[in-house]
Amino acid sequence: MKNSKFKKIIISSIIFNFALLIFNFPLHALDANKKILPNGLTVLHSEKHNLPIVMITVIVKAGLLDEPKEKAGLAHLTAELLDEGTKNRKSAETSEEIEFMGAGLGASAGDDYTTITLSVLKKDIEKGFEIFSDIIMNPLFPQEEFDRKRELIKGSLKQREEDPSFLAERSFNKEVFGEHPYGRLVEGSTETLSEITREDLLRFHSKYFTPNNAMLSVVGDLTPDELNSLIKKYLDSWKIAELPERKIYPMNEEKTRKAVKIDRDVTQATIIIGHLGISRDNPDYYAVSVMNYILGSGGFSSRLMQKIRDEMGLAYDVSSFFTTNKEKGLFQAEVQTKNESANTAIEEILKQIEKIRNEEVSDEELSGAKDYLTGSFPRKLDTSRKIADFLATVEFYNLGLDYAEKYTSYINAVTKEDVQRVAMKYLDAENFILIVVANQKKAELKY
Amino acid sequence: MKKLAVLTFIILLLPLSLSAGVNEYKLDNGLKVLVIEDHKAPLATFQIWYRVGSRDEPAGKSGISHLLEHMMFKGTPKYGSKAFSKMVERKGGADNAFTTKDYTMYYQTLASDRIDISIELEADRMQNLILDLKEVIAERNVVMEERRMRYEDDPQNSLYEEVLAAAFKSHPYHWPVIGWMSDISSIERSGLLSHYKAYYSPDNAVIAVSGDVKAEEIIKKITASFGNIPPASGRAVVTSREGEQKGERRISLKREAELPYIITVYHTPSFPHPDSYALEVLGMILSGGKSSRLYRSIVYEKKLAISASADYSGFNKDPYLFLFDATAAPGKDIKDVENALYAAIEQIKKELPSEREVQKAKNQIEASFVMGQDSIYFQAQIAGMFEMLGSWNLKEQYLENIRKTTPEDVSRAAKKYLHEDNRTVGILIPTKNSK
Repeated sequence: MKNSKFKKIIISSIIFNFALLIFNFPLHALDANKKILPNGLTVLHSEKHNLPIVMITVIVKAGLLDEPKEKAGLAHLTAELLDEGTKNRKSAETSEEIEFMGAGLGASAGDDYTTITLSVLKKDIEKGFEIFSDIIMNPLFPQEEFDRKRELIKGSLKQREEDPSFLAERSFNKEVFGEHPYGRLVEGSTETLSEITREDLLRFHSKYFTPNNAMLSVVGDLTPDELNSLIKKYLDSWKIAELPERKIYPMNEEKTRKAVKIDRDVTQATIIIGHLGISRDNPDYYAVSVMNYILGSGGFSSRLMQKIRDEMGLAYDVSSFFTTNKEKGLFQAEVQTKNESANTAIEEILKQIEKIRNEEVSDEELSGAKDYLTGSFPRKLDTSRKIADFLATVEFYNLGLDYAEKYTSYINAVTKEDVQRVAMKYLDAENFILIVVANQKKAELKY
Repeated sequence: MKKLAVLTFIILLLPLSLSAGVNEYKLDNGLKVLVIEDHKAPLATFQIWYRVGSRDEPAGKSGISHLLEHMMFKGTPKYGSKAFSKMVERKGGADNAFTTKDYTMYYQTLASDRIDISIELEADRMQNLILDLKEVIAERNVVMEERRMRYEDDPQNSLYEEVLAAAFKSHPYHWPVIGWMSDISSIERSGLLSHYKAYYSPDNAVIAVSGDVKAEEIIKKITASFGNIPPASGRAVVTSREGEQKGERRISLKREAELPYIITVYHTPSFPHPDSYALEVLGMILSGGKSSRLYRSIVYEKKLAISASADYSGFNKDPYLFLFDATAAPGKDIKDVENALYAAIEQIKKELPSEREVQKAKNQIEASFVMGQDSIYFQAQIAGMFEMLGSWNLKEQYLENIRKTTPEDVSRAAKKYLHEDNRTVGILIPTKNSK
């Protein structure tokens, strides 16, 4: 817990953030091996001997989609408590042992799945792997730890209300997804957190944290033999269980237009415009990637950035993105601009959405987007940590080990007509949700 | 004309890691070049570091280094506004820059066979920046939006700014890197131009390249592109020194917020001061993870705060700070949080930390360096940063001295620097009374 806040401030002026599609890099020459163990656990392994380190990622298919509405925050709380006490060690013992090795252990829940990671030096892999399997297989969720963590999450939810982007995004998700689980915060709310009991966590864990509902990805200075012996020693007792069924929630596809104005004593308006998007398995995913690169995810090359930042000087950061999950995600364009220019910024974003729907993009824009999307993947996979995470996600979304070749060819096959077609189909400048967190008096919204 | 002073050192960076060599060169015009070969992936990072930051700014012009960094993306006669970034993006690469108190760094990461783009365009913008008047005005507005986003509308960051301003009176660390709002709005083209002319020259820069490159080839190309750029003169030497603080300073900030928040800072020397290693280890003991002292006592046991941390910020040109911060848990008194922070500090002064605790801190620092080596960006960044502080090979000295630190050193450093008269305290008092 080195203070990331100070670090963030000291390196205070990164000039823009890339907001890319969550998933846009292919598997390429990773020499990954895949196998499925008798207990149903999928294992992905790639040897890298450039440094004496090992990076491990486990994905468990349990997330927001698997928790009841009134107990929102259950998956997150479960993940947070994995390392806070097991059959073999107390909470304090886990962190002491991990940190003494200079290793890193993490767990977090998301929309579709939970991720557990370990970063460890090769010399400590035995101990590291043992602790890692212990927290996945044997957490006890002690009542005292449960109570403490729940209060910490409630406190942090409160503190985050200070952040206008947090307020805007929370409200946007709720408006777009309505009753669907994606509309809720992964942390839940103060109310739903109060509904969760220790027994809920035990049940949730025993139902979802099974080997046949998980995948293990290991990258680094470890041979197949070494990995096999670790698995045999520490994951052999992880027993296969009946696969839980995933409930499918209906999504409200009805087109609506709505503006939500949140009043705060701030100098800048935080604006989000958007609506329902696409799922990861939509065949238009690649055309959408290209289209959105041109519109708002392409760094300095994107239209939103060129227009709103470079030409108009209205914002430091402006971007658009699609989140793509198992089920439909969302499309959103986001910008922060001084209260007084809120209307102008909204107008310009809508204009750009209209434009990409109504006019073909130029040849240069199309080839620029393709060059970036296909050319950037080696960079996305340039450390063992990135590769470990990547292999696990590729497996989760069933993209296959030949994803590299497929990705490049799919992107290269996108035409100008495709770009316009998907813009027409998946962008809407009439029916959208607009969220504005601002000093509403100064913003004087027309919308 | 372009004779190379080649000084090639191959050293073992870390006993745990594979040997990684830094090849060091210096051109006649003063440009220092560091090349690290790492052939695991067909990628390279090019970084250029200028010795200029908010520390070098005159009063009333805070933020000029950062605004100039933004303007560096706005083109030369040969390559128009954002052309550099677009070329890099077109090759699937990433580029960005950041400004700190002491230096400004620009980087690109891209396929190693495209690294020529970086060499040619960085050399071009070191000499030929346009600084178009209209673009200056637009970018000034962009930076003002950036300031609103990062500081004005973020209560905790606002407090941080207030605390720095109170802790430093005579030294330019008094003002934020991004600058005060009224200063940003008053920066003109002429000021930017003279700042550019004084600081953007080969004798004030260091290039760090790492990745799938050959040192001899890279240095030839760099010499061809940068070798003819003349050195500059007329840079002011920063003479300001912060005097010894004699008594606690306290400030408060009242504004719309949810939870009370505290920042407490102490003046400390910077690396490579002999005490800097013990301070680094002390920071880790106090704040290196869930087993560290502040989390254990203030968050976990006493449940006074939702977060509590410490950070020794030692990699600076001039003496800077040891910082603490904590966000009160809902319903808790920030005074109790503050006292708990001081109790943790007093504890380590009274009683030596255990050998194991010190060893744990050392292991954490060492492991983070080993794992960082997996990133070519990190490798170049570490070399460049240490070079900014004196020399890239200070990294060895840093790790060596961390390894030598004893429990006595840690306790002594706490006594010497973390005392009341040397501290500045800031409290954020939320004015909104929410449930």
